[in-house]
Amino acid sequence: MNRMMKYTGAAVVALSAAAYAAGPAAAADALTVVSWGGAYTKSQVEAYHKPYTAKTGTKINSEDYNGGLAQVRAQVEAGNVTWNLVDVELSDAVRGCDEGILEPIDHSILPAAPDGTAAADDFLPNTLTECSVGTIVWSTVFAFDASKYPDAKPTEIADLFDTEKFPGKRGLRKNPKVNLEWALMADGVPLEQVYEVLGTPEGVDRAFAKLDTIKDDVIWWEAGAQPPQMLADGEVSIASAYNGRLFNAIFTEKKPFEIIWDGQVWDLDLWVIPKGAKNMEATLDFVKFSTDTQRLADQSKWISYGPVRQSSFPLVADDVKPHMPTAPENFKAALQNDFEFWADNADELNERFAAWLAK
Amino acid sequence: MASALPPYVGPMGKLWHYSFRFVCGLIFLFLILPILVIIPLSFNAEPYFTFSPGMLAFEPEAYSTRWYHDIINNEQWLFSIKNSFIIAFFATFLATGLGTLAALGLSRSNLPGRGAIMGILISPMIVPLIISAAGMYFFYSGVCIPPEWSFGMLEERACLTQSFPGIILAHAALGTPFVVITVTATLVGFDHSLTKASASLGASPTTTFFKIIVPLILPGVISGALFAFITSFDEVVVVLFISGFEQRTVPRQMWAGIREQISPTILAVATMLIIFSVMLMTVLELLRRRNDRLRGVQDS
Amino acid sequence: MAQVEAGGPMLDAAGVPLKVSLARAERRNRMRALGLVLPLLAFILITFVYPIALMVFRGVDNPTVSEFLPETAEMLRAWDGEGLPEDAVFASMAREFAKASKERTLGKVATRLNYELSGSRSLVTKSGRNLRRLKTEPTKADLVALDKRWNQPETWSVLKRLAEPYTLSYYLAAIDKTYNVDGAIVDQPESRQIYVALFLRTLWVSLLITALCVLLAYPIAYLMAILPTKTSNLLMILVLLPFWTSLLVRTSSWIVLLQTEGVLNDILVWTGIIGDDGRIQMIYNMTGTVVAMVHILLPFMVLPLFSVMKTISPTYMRAAKSLGATPARAFWTVYFPQTVPGIGAGSILVFILAIGYYITPALVGGRTGQLISNFIAYHMQQSLNWGLAAALGGILLAGVLALYWIYNRLVGIDNMKLG
Repeated sequence: MNRMMKYTGAAVVALSAAAYAAGPAAAADALTVVSWGGAYTKSQVEAYHKPYTAKTGTKINSEDYNGGLAQVRAQVEAGNVTWNLVDVELSDAVRGCDEGILEPIDHSILPAAPDGTAAADDFLPNTLTECSVGTIVWSTVFAFDASKYPDAKPTEIADLFDTEKFPGKRGLRKNPKVNLEWALMADGVPLEQVYEVLGTPEGVDRAFAKLDTIKDDVIWWEAGAQPPQMLADGEVSIASAYNGRLFNAIFTEKKPFEIIWDGQVWDLDLWVIPKGAKNMEATLDFVKFSTDTQRLADQSKWISYGPVRQSSFPLVADDVKPHMPTAPENFKAALQNDFEFWADNADELNERFAAWLAK
Repeated sequence: MASALPPYVGPMGKLWHYSFRFVCGLIFLFLILPILVIIPLSFNAEPYFTFSPGMLAFEPEAYSTRWYHDIINNEQWLFSIKNSFIIAFFATFLATGLGTLAALGLSRSNLPGRGAIMGILISPMIVPLIISAAGMYFFYSGVCIPPEWSFGMLEERACLTQSFPGIILAHAALGTPFVVITVTATLVGFDHSLTKASASLGASPTTTFFKIIVPLILPGVISGALFAFITSFDEVVVVLFISGFEQRTVPRQMWAGIREQISPTILAVATMLIIFSVMLMTVLELLRRRNDRLRGVQDS
Repeated sequence: MAQVEAGGPMLDAAGVPLKVSLARAERRNRMRALGLVLPLLAFILITFVYPIALMVFRGVDNPTVSEFLPETAEMLRAWDGEGLPEDAVFASMAREFAKASKERTLGKVATRLNYELSGSRSLVTKSGRNLRRLKTEPTKADLVALDKRWNQPETWSVLKRLAEPYTLSYYLAAIDKTYNVDGAIVDQPESRQIYVALFLRTLWVSLLITALCVLLAYPIAYLMAILPTKTSNLLMILVLLPFWTSLLVRTSSWIVLLQTEGVLNDILVWTGIIGDDGRIQMIYNMTGTVVAMVHILLPFMVLPLFSVMKTISPTYMRAAKSLGATPARAFWTVYFPQTVPGIGAGSILVFILAIGYYITPALVGGRTGQLISNFIAYHMQQSLNWGLAAALGGILLAGVLALYWIYNRLVGIDNMKLG
């Protein structure tokens, strides 16, 4: 018995030491940067994190999430903020700032363009807000598996909702954003009136009624990495996805997918800092580093998202340019995500959407 | 008795006998096949979740250990394996200690309010995990140490959420019912005259405890500890709510993997976990046999 | 040890009456037993029971408005609730809105109001933004000019309810009810009614899973009970291995087996039962949830059934048959009634575990296979409507505890079997 107790005692001591060593080693001065996972996070790791760690020695832990302010709000309200920097959509950056769960960021710290243009003039309009610094322009588009449609191919947004002409399961993001806009477009609302219609209760009903028509044919995804995978597995025939993920699947992994740019809904991704985040100095330093002209341009080597600095445009490789959401031939029928609409209405529409899904 | 068919059974009886066996066979297949199927698939050389023609023809090149290499070379997996073991070890230690003591007390018939106490002690096993996790999330994020109370160990305020101690406490609470149940079960047949005999022969209570009680309840304690260990090792709901990046465990990592895209690496991890469960189960079975032998239970 | 003296009470060695001495020893023993149990009891009460009680309390707690608009809240509580409040209340609210907007606490008020009055988030944040920008002290006129809703009794009756420290509205929302303008309890609008249906779905699915578990567990438990111990021990491994295997492992197995490009569909295509374009959707819907959960919960049914069947002597059946009963009749009238306690014990346990399940439906349930736990998680982590999550959890918990109590009465927790 005694021997057994001795062993147990030794094991406890050894493991306590291990537990202690495991904790602080990683926590010391590392930054936790949160983004959308998969190919997109990889592009950030390659373009921002690795060079930054090489330059400063600061380790960066990258954590994945699927968008939204819920986790930031939960951390801030619980008074236990462990994230340093989060990659969010514009509507969330604006709303989080309004709610006081994000730290204001002084834009004067951002580096000027190589030609000396001040950062405030170099960034595209709306890409610097009170609490955020923009990084990329991205877009939600839909794509289909070409092998599933040998004859007629889908060409416009209405085809996404036409399961008779184009049979097969659809993969859509489990979020009202973009889906409601598309539903209205497919129902005949002109691009420029989408948010006007969606702002009325009848418009919301109309959008949900249109979604009802394909409800049983949809498989819902949450993480950006899912839709290309679902297409590849044959789980769905047509899926909405972030354009950069599709670019990777098509050009890096040689998948037979085709992108439909009609009705693309474009948006921004921006860095925000949760209120009360630790290690502010290093975080701001990383924000400065990652949003300089070169870094933003570098990112396009890994994923086809457009930089938000005008001075980065010339540095983007020519073979990626035609796959950017902002390329002229892709931009013909493009809708900008109305961040004010979503900042004001996300809660209600999320709730309505969740109730609609459950029925 | 019914294993060999008696000679007087008629053709209907035979038909019934064999079709019953067949149905039972199918049910056993339902239980075990999903677990077995994952093992060969984890050696698939292709990133698909079905048997490739090459695999069915047993071509060596259709099999590969690449997904296992993925785990070994992936910092995050190794990190989460380490975390899982650390958390499960401490949670088991706490649960086993507290649970065994409580079981010793519970086995005395004269404990006042025994039914109510037992009800509370077993409740972590019964209450839906999502409710436990939600409750712990609110409570643990409010239990914090300001830096000035930490003897210089902390630079900033630290709370039980997103910390190792928090998850260990939560998992210990979830594991104790198993220890209480298994140890109480070993004590059901416990002959209290043994302790009296030991005391009357001049042994101190401590000696009695270690020489008489411990050897008798040890199998129960160990199997309780194994249950507590696997409870913590498997647990994901509470981890999802209260862990942070630093406390990522294997189930948390698998959960994320399955939610986004189930990759063959998940199958390789699953296979390793299956082997681990088989090991734990073997230990448990050996203990059960030893226990039965000690108590003189005959094979019936 | 005890000395017997004629006529007097029995005394022990120290001369104390034996009765007293026994009572003392008894008390000491009782204290010792309690002392052994106390550490764990305290541990469970602090780390488990108290947090859950705290969470359930959140379902009635209503602190937001009192905390961030303290003066207005006090005035609202004093108001009789008829029509519109006095001008002073408007002015106080306009002032506190501007202040809260500056301090960035108004977002919480907006979120809280939005739960009660859908569409009011933007009303509050917009009003706060505009009032903040005023150079002068905000007044009633400023507030009313911003939006006509500030002049509607409906808005104010909601605000009055929010000013109270406790609320029933989360529990009402959890059963698809709400307050109307007059403070009467009415149904939610049709597009928001989901929880009653969801509770019913959860109950129905749990019942289905329990029934399937009985159906599958009964034959194999019976087989193991009549086979010699050596063979039945081997078969028992087949039951225990799934029991000991990680939940996530078993769930991933079912995904691999059932997905459209998975093993089962491949076999069906290969054998020609279905065409390559006719692959069956067996997962990410209710079927997936039910199949995976039956697999996960089956051992919890087999174990109690087996332990009951093991104690039934085969002589009863033999006696019945020798008295002329057909095997079916002998089984039904003699054997089956004796196994009912096992079925009861297993069923309650499986049912309790099934109604609170979260992981499996979340991973394989798709849209239609979600249960009430998934919505608790949704409100905890996504919508952050913690009050509603607490109310839904409170109702679920009450149901589970009631079943637990029944289980304890019928079976006894001591008789719970673990492998």
